[in-house]
Amino acid sequence: MRLEPIANPTALRRFGLPATALALTVLVASLLALLAGANPFATLGLILKGAAGSKFALLETLSRATPLIFTGLAVAVAFRAKLWNIGAEAQLYAGAIVTVLLGTGALPLPSALLLPVIALAAMLAGALVLLGPVLLKTRLGVDEVVTTLLFNFIMLLFVSYLLEGPMKDPMGMGWPKSPALEKAARLPRIVDGLRLHWGFALAILAAIAVWVIQTRTTLGYETRAVGLNAEAARFAGIPVGRVMVKTALLSGGLAALAGFSEVAGLKGNLTLDLSPGFGYTGIIVAMLALLNPLGVVLSALFVAGVFVGADSMSRAAGVPTYIADILTATALLTMVLALRLTRARIRWR
Amino acid sequence: MAGGEGAEVVLRLDGITKRFGALLANDAISFELRKGEVVALLGENGAGKTTLMNILFGHYTADAGTVEVFGRRLPPGHPRAALAAGVGMVHQHFTLADNMTVLENILLGTGSLLSPRLDTGAARAKVAKLSADFGLAVHPDARVGALSVGERQRVEILKALYRDARILILDEPTAVLTPQETAALFETLRKAVELGLSVIFISHKLNEVMAISSRVLVLRHGRLAGEVATADTDRHRLAEMMVGAEITAPKLAERDPGAPLLTLRRVTTARRGNAPGLAGIDLTLRAGQITGLAGVSGNGQAALADLIGGLDEPASGTMDLTPPHHGDWSPRAALAAGIARIPEDRHRTGTVADFSLTENAVLESYEAAPYSRKGWMDWAAAEGFARKIIDTYDVRCPGPSARIRLLSGGNMQKLILGRALEAGPKIILANQPVRGLDIGAVTFVHGQLIAARDRGAAVLLISEDLDEIMALSDSIHVIYEGRLSPAFPRGTKTPAELGIWMAGQGFDGGADAA
Repeated sequence: MRLEPIANPTALRRFGLPATALALTVLVASLLALLAGANPFATLGLILKGAAGSKFALLETLSRATPLIFTGLAVAVAFRAKLWNIGAEAQLYAGAIVTVLLGTGALPLPSALLLPVIALAAMLAGALVLLGPVLLKTRLGVDEVVTTLLFNFIMLLFVSYLLEGPMKDPMGMGWPKSPALEKAARLPRIVDGLRLHWGFALAILAAIAVWVIQTRTTLGYETRAVGLNAEAARFAGIPVGRVMVKTALLSGGLAALAGFSEVAGLKGNLTLDLSPGFGYTGIIVAMLALLNPLGVVLSALFVAGVFVGADSMSRAAGVPTYIADILTATALLTMVLALRLTRARIRWR
Repeated sequence: MAGGEGAEVVLRLDGITKRFGALLANDAISFELRKGEVVALLGENGAGKTTLMNILFGHYTADAGTVEVFGRRLPPGHPRAALAAGVGMVHQHFTLADNMTVLENILLGTGSLLSPRLDTGAARAKVAKLSADFGLAVHPDARVGALSVGERQRVEILKALYRDARILILDEPTAVLTPQETAALFETLRKAVELGLSVIFISHKLNEVMAISSRVLVLRHGRLAGEVATADTDRHRLAEMMVGAEITAPKLAERDPGAPLLTLRRVTTARRGNAPGLAGIDLTLRAGQITGLAGVSGNGQAALADLIGGLDEPASGTMDLTPPHHGDWSPRAALAAGIARIPEDRHRTGTVADFSLTENAVLESYEAAPYSRKGWMDWAAAEGFARKIIDTYDVRCPGPSARIRLLSGGNMQKLILGRALEAGPKIILANQPVRGLDIGAVTFVHGQLIAARDRGAAVLLISEDLDEIMALSDSIHVIYEGRLSPAFPRGTKTPAELGIWMAGQGFDGGADAA
């Protein structure tokens, strides 16, 4: 079996295959709903309604998409250079820790100044978390998949220590949580009373910025060259190690913004359940977007919509929310396969 | 010779057709091989030789056509059937286990999986007899890893003979041999046909085809372009059949050597895996000269190319440039010093396959104006540069935004050549610049290198093709085990004399060290 490239795919191929992937995803969801004893059409309808059926639902989806855009961008940036950053979760928490450190009265600044300072400091922290693994990779050839993945657990335990120790809220009735951020360190809501905050706008801005970096700057060009063919890049004089480090700093910084935006925009303090795996879901988001930074926004909205919709559907129809995990996984697998097959056909012999 | 008209037909290909997507790799090819003859299969890279042999050997299945061996049809797609029918293949890249002995390699895969030990006594006797009959001297208990390339090839042939092959297929067997080793191989092939075997000799080297074959089949663009008795033709006519057009040899006008632009003194570099580093070499590249570096592949050519190209530094000794270079030695430093590099592997090192022509064109120069300013790319300027290369160097492509993966090897090489030469280099490092190219592209690349020399550039031409080296070089060095022969001015050495150096004789203590 081998793949034969297609130079100019037909319109049928370009639109038919992704549509088939979507249909397959819906089919799988329907079967699961049947298996849970519910009406598949009603279930899908409820998911759709829960994700985008009302102003409240839509804003909730946008709010849930915000951290996923950041982590998705972080992964997309790194994967472009074939730097396998599986540690967006750790970088997210690093950003969250710094946000609490600086946002609980340490800096007497007005909000307009304080927020950018915190955001930059958070990015720096996230970047530093990824700096170790990337230096180990470029200097000693240590596999960054292992180091970044294991760093997630180290970071989670470190957060646990902080919340039980030095960063524990004295007014928290014994719960492991940090003190609340001061008012000046909170990201304002876009719509009063609803959970959507300016972090979402920041995420969109970040996606555009990453797109500009990748297509218009020398760093973006270098990153793509290193990712596509490191040997040719090295031969041509591109400093491969330095490009890897710069890419890692950007990636870690973007992931940390997820932590900043969740704490400063939504939660107001740091707890151990700040992220239900946003770092890992970011990998799905980035892959689904084929690592395109603008595509990351769309795929984050899709994934967030499925999760928010499934939550709401679950309450109404009694089908477990795990259907959301299976839906996103199916969508990822079928969509990646479909997009691959628009540009190549399979020959069995 | 036993072969010729009227002898028994041992192999018959009938209407073999194979299509890869839009490419017709083999188009209704039919021919017969008779007992006791050497048939040469001649054709440029991409003419369909290897595809045809892979079909014969069962690695590919043909879309149409049949293969008959000794009058029996071979089932398509079964390599074992070809082996069992008596077809043996010696590949260009050897398939031997380095850590096993010659005898073990020959026996590998012949014994039953269930028998606890090999009956080496009988096998040893058979191998000894084959060695004597065919003139394949090699010690059965030597470890393959310690053998020379020529000896390894003998083991490959013995492997096929041990399995009672009556038809031997050799795919570009001389690409890795010195002229002397080639002569020994031909002696073996002559003995084989005397003993009633038949040989298919795949090559694109005309003088070898003339020397060994009794009949020549010429493949061009997947078609059988001609079939002639070797006695009725000559090199020139074969070349024209191969290319389908008249060809002219490169011409080199006399030119006095200019000032030295790069001088290596007693330079050594570190060993790299199996390949030797440089072992204290002296080399001077002069303006307006093409210096040819001959040698069997893997004797330190890569080390020298990496050193001059900026990917490696001398471990000891000095490298002096005119004007002198200071600071770290890197690809960028080499480029800044006016060294243009044409890498050995254009797919892996020369280009980024999924980048457009534009993106590939500025791979070495993107960091400077006009292609970028303060970290911002100017894609319009980059595309202008790509268009200039496409026009000046006749790169056939859909346009500057096409992915370079879609280009043929020749057009890819023209882009690399253009990228290197447009910078106005003083030194040109051309490592295997025409390997795998068709004759049209070869002529073009050679013409450009000669033009650069005539403009006053110093060219270092690294090639495993002695004919190419001798045609183009003002002076020739031979590299062997990381050491460099003295410079031989143009026309002072015959191919056979250079072959002796390529085998390691003539170097101080060279023969012993080999």
